[in-house]
Amino acid sequence: MIDCDIHNQLPSLETLVPYLEEHWRAYIRESAFVGPDVNDYPEGTGIPARPGTTPPSGGPPGSDPGFLCAQTLDAWDLELGILNCTYWVQSVHNEYLASALATAINTWQAEHWLTADSRLRASLVVPSQNPALAAQEIDRMGHHPGFVQVILPVRSWTPYGNRRFDPLYEAALRHDLVVGIHFGGSSGNPPTPCGWPSTYLEEYAGMSQVFQSQVLSLISEGTFDRYPGLRVALIEGGFTWMPSLMWRLDKEWRGLRRDIPWVKRPPSEYIREHIRLTLQPVDAPPQSRQMLEILEQMDGQDLLMYSSDYPHRHYDAPEEALPDQLPDLHWDRIGTENAREFYRL
Amino acid sequence: MPLQRHLVCRVDSLPPGSRKLVKIGARSIGVFNVGGRFYALRNSCPHQGGPVCLGHLTGFPTSPTPGEFEYLRKGEILRCPWHGWEFDVKTGQSWFDPARLRVATYPARVESGASLAAEHPGPESDREMSGLRPGPYVLETYPVAVEQNYVVVEVPGTSRGSRVQR
Repeated sequence: MIDCDIHNQLPSLETLVPYLEEHWRAYIRESAFVGPDVNDYPEGTGIPARPGTTPPSGGPPGSDPGFLCAQTLDAWDLELGILNCTYWVQSVHNEYLASALATAINTWQAEHWLTADSRLRASLVVPSQNPALAAQEIDRMGHHPGFVQVILPVRSWTPYGNRRFDPLYEAALRHDLVVGIHFGGSSGNPPTPCGWPSTYLEEYAGMSQVFQSQVLSLISEGTFDRYPGLRVALIEGGFTWMPSLMWRLDKEWRGLRRDIPWVKRPPSEYIREHIRLTLQPVDAPPQSRQMLEILEQMDGQDLLMYSSDYPHRHYDAPEEALPDQLPDLHWDRIGTENAREFYRL
Repeated sequence: MPLQRHLVCRVDSLPPGSRKLVKIGARSIGVFNVGGRFYALRNSCPHQGGPVCLGHLTGFPTSPTPGEFEYLRKGEILRCPWHGWEFDVKTGQSWFDPARLRVATYPARVESGASLAAEHPGPESDREMSGLRPGPYVLETYPVAVEQNYVVVEVPGTSRGSRVQR
């Protein structure tokens, strides 16, 4: 199996200091800067960590490569695991600092993680609030065979179909990298389309709205028409909402295609060709047969890729992360082959 | 089915760019003057029966790449007022959702479209350039003639269902 969503965690901002230029070392030492102001997984919700994932060496869950590999690659007998570092430098308003942090994180990932186990792959952290700087970072590290993806927070300043992101996509394509859009981020925009919610529950369970907005944007703005080779993974966003989005988009496109005349095929065809979704968190319906219906409605056997979301807590083991009674045929595809083809592993 | 000829109106009461709805038997039919040529279509959208002949007579926007717009067939595309589906006023052919065509075989229909196109060279190649393929529906159309300065539409003798089956 290939796990498409394992989280490697920065132990602390201190970890990056050796990878930063003197200017930023002094800045961090002498200012109150403590890192990006993001709180995607608040302590105490139970979501940040499965029990037993805190490394014996100390540090937060997901911060020790050996311990992480033992609990994921070894324990679940994984063929490969893709690391998604969600250190959102996008939330640092000083773009030069954001860029420096991204550079430090990616070098740290290459030296500290990709050397730890040959089964690990990683995702490039980029200052996507400035796509030109993001492209520079992709060009700096994109040649490294361990990096298979550029990771972006689903909560963006501007929808990802906007042409300002073109330099980022062009750089990703130059290095044959998937663009992964992942749960979370704190762009400054509310996490709902109707303003700020009061509770974490609303933000956490409602994030699928943001994912849908990004899919709408990418298709409508013609991102896949401009970049026919672009591959986008939707990570940790759920997937049961996808069938209705496909139906609605195809239906409305018939009468409103004049708004987006570059889109010459039903939008669901773009989704099937360019987009994949990771498994966790599963919005499990009450009965397993209902999950099979959803998988059928969205061609789930071809569009889904297995993910544990380690160390985040949804289930305890990969077999329990699967919807009940999923046929073996689907598991071959979802567990391994879809990711192998999509990430070209 | 023998065609029956029906007088619509005097030519000068239907100038270029205008249309006229007429009732012939059980059918509501829209007669259009497009640049001096006359076309008649059943006023019933194959989608859900909407009054398609009351819709905008517009062009066909297409695009070689996002952000660039091309406007083809100005004044020759009829949009159903109910859901905006687009039909060629000259042939009744719908233009969207090419995927549905994959499962169907319509050699007779495609032949027919091509021969209609040959009558008015130009537009078909425009649409091919647009990158779209014909949709699944064709509005019922009727021959229109101008005789002694009157517009005449020819309609089958008995009324049939509004959907033209492929």
